[in-house]
Amino acid sequence: MSSSQLLSIVTFIYGLSAVLYITAWIFEKPFPGKVATWTAVIGVGGNILGILLRWVETYKVGYGHAPLSNLYESLVFFAWCIVALYLYIEYRYRNRTIGAFVVPLAFLAMAYASLSPNISDRIQPLIPALQSNWLIAHVITCFFGYAGFAVAFGISIMYITKQRRTAAEGPVLAHVPGTETLDDLTHKMVQFGFLFLTAGIITGAVWANSAWGRYWGWDPKETWSLITWFIYATLLHARLMRGWRGRKIAYVSIIGFIAVLFTYFGVNLLPGLHSYGTQ
Amino acid sequence: MKKEERSSIRFIDMTWEFFISLRLTVVLLFTLAATSIIGTLIPQNESREAYIQAFGEFWYRVFYVLDIFDMYYSWWFQLLLLLLTANIVACSIDRLSSLWKTIFVKSPPFRQGMFRKESLKEDFTIDRPADQLRSTYERVIGKAFRYNRTEPSETGYFIYAEKGRLTRLGVYIVHLSVVLLLIGGIIGSLFGFEGFVNIPEGESARVIQIRNSNQTRALDFEIRCDDFDVSFYRTGMPKEYRSSLVILEAGRPVAEKDIVVNDPLRYRGVNIFQSSYGQVPPDVRTLQEAGVELSFKSLESGMVYTRKIQMNRPAPLPEGRGEIVLKNFQSSYVFMGQRDIGPTLVGAITPSEGEPLELVLPLRFPNFDRMMTRMKEGRRFVITVHGFPQRYYTGLQVTRDPGVPVVYIGFVFMILGCLVTFFMSHQRICIEVVEKGKQQSRVIVSGNTNKNTIGMEKQVRRLSRILHGVGPAGPIPSKAGEIG
Repeated sequence: MSSSQLLSIVTFIYGLSAVLYITAWIFEKPFPGKVATWTAVIGVGGNILGILLRWVETYKVGYGHAPLSNLYESLVFFAWCIVALYLYIEYRYRNRTIGAFVVPLAFLAMAYASLSPNISDRIQPLIPALQSNWLIAHVITCFFGYAGFAVAFGISIMYITKQRRTAAEGPVLAHVPGTETLDDLTHKMVQFGFLFLTAGIITGAVWANSAWGRYWGWDPKETWSLITWFIYATLLHARLMRGWRGRKIAYVSIIGFIAVLFTYFGVNLLPGLHSYGTQ
Repeated sequence: MKKEERSSIRFIDMTWEFFISLRLTVVLLFTLAATSIIGTLIPQNESREAYIQAFGEFWYRVFYVLDIFDMYYSWWFQLLLLLLTANIVACSIDRLSSLWKTIFVKSPPFRQGMFRKESLKEDFTIDRPADQLRSTYERVIGKAFRYNRTEPSETGYFIYAEKGRLTRLGVYIVHLSVVLLLIGGIIGSLFGFEGFVNIPEGESARVIQIRNSNQTRALDFEIRCDDFDVSFYRTGMPKEYRSSLVILEAGRPVAEKDIVVNDPLRYRGVNIFQSSYGQVPPDVRTLQEAGVELSFKSLESGMVYTRKIQMNRPAPLPEGRGEIVLKNFQSSYVFMGQRDIGPTLVGAITPSEGEPLELVLPLRFPNFDRMMTRMKEGRRFVITVHGFPQRYYTGLQVTRDPGVPVVYIGFVFMILGCLVTFFMSHQRICIEVVEKGKQQSRVIVSGNTNKNTIGMEKQVRRLSRILHGVGPAGPIPSKAGEIG
């Protein structure tokens, strides 16, 4: 079995897991929730196996590079980061409802990678600009960061949903963790994301300096990652110094994630070094 | 006089208030984020013509006045960055000056007022007299907290403890790192340069072109390119660009290296990067040295001949049909006074019978002469340029940035500062033990933290469980009492 086939299967496993999480949340049944967790665990295992298999395949083709070099590979890794981070939170907080809001994001990433006609899953050689050990450090830190923001986004959506329909109204949200916990968790995830985004920008800067002699060039991707950084920095300051909580923070976190998505996908529409356009 | 003094003090106060407000921080961060978008949508540093074509004359003027075409280096964007730095510095000074006493004291002050938060309170009653619990509690607390001390109260005693006081500095390390990045950036723009130079294989260069300007700059040494190679994958994608460079000082080679993208040559603080490449347009000199290979296709017999022709030296045509001479090479040639057909060889053909004919061989249009033979009488061969000496030039990016070490220290500080700020906190705890009759004590565990309240709640609950567990079955302290 090739890595692409395996990863296509993982797409469906994530889809199934997402459906189960949502079912468990809406119908308040613990059983589908348990199955959802195990499905997600299988998915995350298959996902990392797919990545490793692809790594081996690049050597078979004769190129030999970490599978983190184009849009397809980055989406696959992004999905893995999201589910891995989510499963850790589920384990720590003993709550499955968050899964209904987060696992679908991983499914969407995988589905986009596997099904979009614009994204090729062919293994391609590395162009000279990407032939560096910094590639791995840069991509991994960036996507850990993105994953943190993605989970924060899921929780923020959940927070707003919960706020809209107050506790008296529905049993549907009874299993959602308390708003205080959600707020705290959003904050934690944003901190996690911010730390790794910072590290991602820094590794990128060090790499750029060693490859082109300038650590910062205001290339659209760089600039957008800085914009994202500014937005989350605003969130952290507003929360700590101004005491912003709950709904306001949730909205800023959603705006921040939109900036992340633009940094990730939108920049491909703009000119620059990072565009995945040349596939 | 006094009035003036007071008003100037008031002005300073107001300025200070302005710079230490968090509202300014939020507004600046937001403005920086919003304005940064502009430069990602409008390509930076392109030619005037390209902009006029894209936006029209009017918008070109508007954008030009606002420095939009080089906005990240415009006065207003730099001013925003400077304001942000001033804001960060002012806020840090303001808050540090009030925090200083909290952070750098020998015996930290504890007040009951710190421990009011209900969610950080646990209390229980234990079947042990207060003074018996004391040393066990001190030991337990001493293990979990770096600093602790006991103070007597009217009804028993308090054990105060704390840890992570220095972590309060974390956020200031992050702020410092931002300032370092800015300083590094300023050093770079004042004392560094960023330029490029194209060097044909076998040649050397000392003067580089500064990026985004018309300035040039002479280096302290010469760069010679001995060789340039580009290799491709089977798919046709480029695999490697490689230049063999030699650094010359006073004509003597002092360093050499094959550079590829991602592996530059560094010499005396100057970095030389592989950045682009191209073909050197042929010039008269190289053509004179190497000659030109022409192919002749006979119109009558269809036979094809290749001959190497030297410049300005008449050569016989095949089949004894006359003579050919290449007179000149022009890097651009205007044909019939109308169209520039690019680099072109110009010569003449003298047939064995008849008048000499002009010969025009544009390098870019190999079929040109086929057309000409149809138009002109007396031509017996279609002539095409078969081969002429080709040389590559390597495009090098040449930079010097003495600000980089400062920036890198900033990077390290930023990561460390974020780690401390996000994952560590200043935790304080107060254990109040109150005598309750002869054999019982009431214990109140309460906490205080500067952040991560939920984490602290867990800590208080955990501690309270441990302290409660030191019941009658727990270890009995050897010495009791000694309240001083």
